[in-house]
Amino acid sequence: MLEQLTVADAVEKLQSREISAQELTEATLKRIAAVDETVKAYLTITSEQALAAAAQIDAKRKNGEQVGPLAGVPVALKDNMCTKGVKTTCASKMLHNFLPPYDATVVELLQKAGCIMLGKTNLDEFAMGSSTENSTYFTTRNPWDLTRVPGGSSGGSAAAVAADEALFAIGSDTGGSIRQPASFCGVVGMKPTYGRVSRYGLIAFASSLDQIGPLTKDVRDCAMVMNAIAQYDPRDTTSAKQATPDYTSYLDKNVKGLKIGVPKEYFAQGITPGVAAAVQKSIDLLVSLGAEAEEMSLPHTEYGIPIYYIIAPAEASSNLARFDGVEYGFRVETDNLLDMYKKTRSQGFGTEVKRRIMLGTYALSSGYYDAYYHKALQVRTLIKEDFDRAFAKYDVILTPTTPATAFVAGTVEDPLTMYLNDICTIPANMAGLPAISLPCGFVDDLPVGMQLIAKPFAEGTILRAAHAYEQHSGLPKQKPALEMGVSKDE
Amino acid sequence: MSNYQTVIGLEVHVELATKTKIFCGCPTEFGKEPNTHVCPVCLGLPGTLPVLNKKVVDFAIKAALALNCEIPAFAKLDRKNYFYPDLPKAYQISQYDLPLAVNGHLDIEVNGQTRRIGITRVHIEEDAGKLVHAPFGDYSLADYNRAGVPLIEIVSEPDLRSPVEAKAYLEKLKSIIQYTGVSDVKMEEGSLRCDANVSIMPVDSQQFGTRAEIKNMNSFRAVQNGLEYEVARQAEVLAAGELVIQETRRWDENKGITYAMRSKEEAHDYRYFPDPDLVPIIVEPAWVEEIRQSLPEMPEARQKRYVTTWGLPAYDAAVITAAKSMADFFEATMEAYHDAKAVSNWLMGEVTKHLNAEGLEITQTKLKPAHLIELLELQNKGTVSGTIAKTVFEEMFKSGKMPAEIVKEKGLVQITDEAAIAAIVDEVIANHPKPVADYKSGNKKAIGFLVGQVMKLSKGKANPPLVNKLLREKL
Repeated sequence: MLEQLTVADAVEKLQSREISAQELTEATLKRIAAVDETVKAYLTITSEQALAAAAQIDAKRKNGEQVGPLAGVPVALKDNMCTKGVKTTCASKMLHNFLPPYDATVVELLQKAGCIMLGKTNLDEFAMGSSTENSTYFTTRNPWDLTRVPGGSSGGSAAAVAADEALFAIGSDTGGSIRQPASFCGVVGMKPTYGRVSRYGLIAFASSLDQIGPLTKDVRDCAMVMNAIAQYDPRDTTSAKQATPDYTSYLDKNVKGLKIGVPKEYFAQGITPGVAAAVQKSIDLLVSLGAEAEEMSLPHTEYGIPIYYIIAPAEASSNLARFDGVEYGFRVETDNLLDMYKKTRSQGFGTEVKRRIMLGTYALSSGYYDAYYHKALQVRTLIKEDFDRAFAKYDVILTPTTPATAFVAGTVEDPLTMYLNDICTIPANMAGLPAISLPCGFVDDLPVGMQLIAKPFAEGTILRAAHAYEQHSGLPKQKPALEMGVSKDE
Repeated sequence: MSNYQTVIGLEVHVELATKTKIFCGCPTEFGKEPNTHVCPVCLGLPGTLPVLNKKVVDFAIKAALALNCEIPAFAKLDRKNYFYPDLPKAYQISQYDLPLAVNGHLDIEVNGQTRRIGITRVHIEEDAGKLVHAPFGDYSLADYNRAGVPLIEIVSEPDLRSPVEAKAYLEKLKSIIQYTGVSDVKMEEGSLRCDANVSIMPVDSQQFGTRAEIKNMNSFRAVQNGLEYEVARQAEVLAAGELVIQETRRWDENKGITYAMRSKEEAHDYRYFPDPDLVPIIVEPAWVEEIRQSLPEMPEARQKRYVTTWGLPAYDAAVITAAKSMADFFEATMEAYHDAKAVSNWLMGEVTKHLNAEGLEITQTKLKPAHLIELLELQNKGTVSGTIAKTVFEEMFKSGKMPAEIVKEKGLVQITDEAAIAAIVDEVIANHPKPVADYKSGNKKAIGFLVGQVMKLSKGKANPPLVNKLLREKL
């Protein structure tokens, strides 16, 4: 049962040599072997490398050598982060055979901290989607109800953590891709401030929105992982030259006097009553702990989704242009260049990716740029200004993470309905703000998540509020029923 | 043509001579094994990010200041999107609406008249790789060594009024950039490339005609020839009552024609947008000033100085200062020699002739100012004649030996011994009775032939004034 440990507990046991990295890694790999055929969180499992790395950590410890703060803790990585010599597919046919010759900065940092990489997790192709149904390979299942989706695009990472197939996981979040699956799978997911974690080695979807972050079993683990990955990186000029605080130092502060803004726009249409009630209960709890909460307004919220679907596809249309069959990845052999391009890209990309490339290409086209892309950037500024005003008054903003709990796979066919999943999460990406999703209850046995947003680089404030809530929520330390060997659709 | 006015604007790409590429640490060195100067970043591998090389901005600002540009405080980098196998990311990082430098100019001189040509902008961008088409196969190979090599693009206003002016502009531009030292500006090696926008309009018109963009003019001569062809072609089109169409045309050097590559309708929509991977370039005024202070003296300033300091004719000063290496050589020579005109005669004459023949810069040869000074002094002392000096020059240009040594080795010392020359003069008079008779009957020009014969017999070593004097005496 070692795989059920939190990162904090595992680190303690590893440091006291109560357990070895090999035992922990073996236990987690065993868990993967037992349940991943059902959950389908992983695209690639690197058992051998993991065991070798664990043995190395144990040897270092034995020899009294210096090891990193997370030495021996097994981690799962979303398969859109480059890993040297380990296939990195973005869940796309386009990169079915792509072996990066280099490691992403976040991978280097995790290795430096001593983490053991277990493998690469499933996602919606190129991180475009909210359910992992857009993966070329398969859909990951929600460990709480196998008929349902785990959310997306970091669905594999969220499911892996929820199902104890990793002690924690790394995801990426462009419009909610860490927080929404965290919410659906009942785990903690943080999207840090834009620039807080280096994007070097993250295969770009929308460069001005993408941010890497942790998916963990609880808030303390989130802070511990942030300590390892939130570093300035000279290889990413958008990365912030800010010192990394000890995020765990915020955890044991109380929330007395914490000012919480509750934006009414996030509780408007589409929020299911169960979710609204669970979030309201959480607000009441924080108030009972000494926080002050009041309803307020972020008036441009409704424009979040429309402008997201201009800006993100526009950047994606350019970012994904390099997948042309010339240098690496999938290629359709033909007798002329233009045909090669057309066939490679028609067959190599899935429907949703192609839809967004077309949307973005259109938005950037000569004659439409001002009406779409440029206008969207202006509205993005308005959304950011909403938050600037709000944070002059409030320490955090509290909202639901998603309007509803996890939906049944295959039931959302209309892309626009699918896009509404991210209605509460997109604004933080637009404004580059840090935000967390943490479990705040259950509706019909499915986890509900609430979201806390703060001003840039105020991850500490978020962690403080989230941890206080978590300590007093009284939520049962519930695990998905997977180990009963019951899978509802089989 | 007399009814039409030609309007030309040039877009010039200059490769910057930074040690490393614009967005990664790979070397920019030319001519290495394919795909050896590459890394994940310049290969555009998924997940990689560009980091702007500050030296590129330094160099670009330096060139722009030399071209009298203003440097705005804020510039940004944009993506220019198009598919081609030499472009690893399928977009080129360039600058669109906020370039590094704007509103510059340079002055050209054509037919004794000075004209000021506006420079719209100077921006930085990355070069693409190179495709090598297999000679015996239906495939191409891509070499990305050049991908990410820094370029500046210098866009002129449509101020040029003839192909000759266009060539003069390009030569002046090359000269200025060369002085700044930010590029070796070699058209043959592709570190200087030029596209042109050309149109013609009725002489009394205020409205520019429809323009064609001409590509692939790979030498100064090609620029002039290509533009002359295109101007004539457009005039013919208009004369036939047809319309010039807006299109991109390619200069075919061998056939001496331009031909249509793509029409306006087929033109790419590059979908420019700000590159979200790169932060804007903030240029502090102090930085600009620091670069301005580092600018060397420009060719025009040197020209003036040569005229005022050494009394060099303006024409000579212009020719000598066109290439910085030549001007530097001139100045080094003048440090130890007095006669500027004599030096410039050598530089514009024999030196340039030999450099052109070998396709070399003066700094690439064994010729040093000390050589030229010694040769000039040998001439002054009468040790060698002008003719012999040329022979000596040829040898010292080739071998790098000092002229005195060559003169000694080859026995080229001028004969100033009257008796020795008199003997040769006697022999010539005896062997050429006809010219002798002509001279005596009043045809004074006939002496020229006789002088020539004496020089020939003496292998050029006889002192010419002595030869003249003795011939006249003996006749």
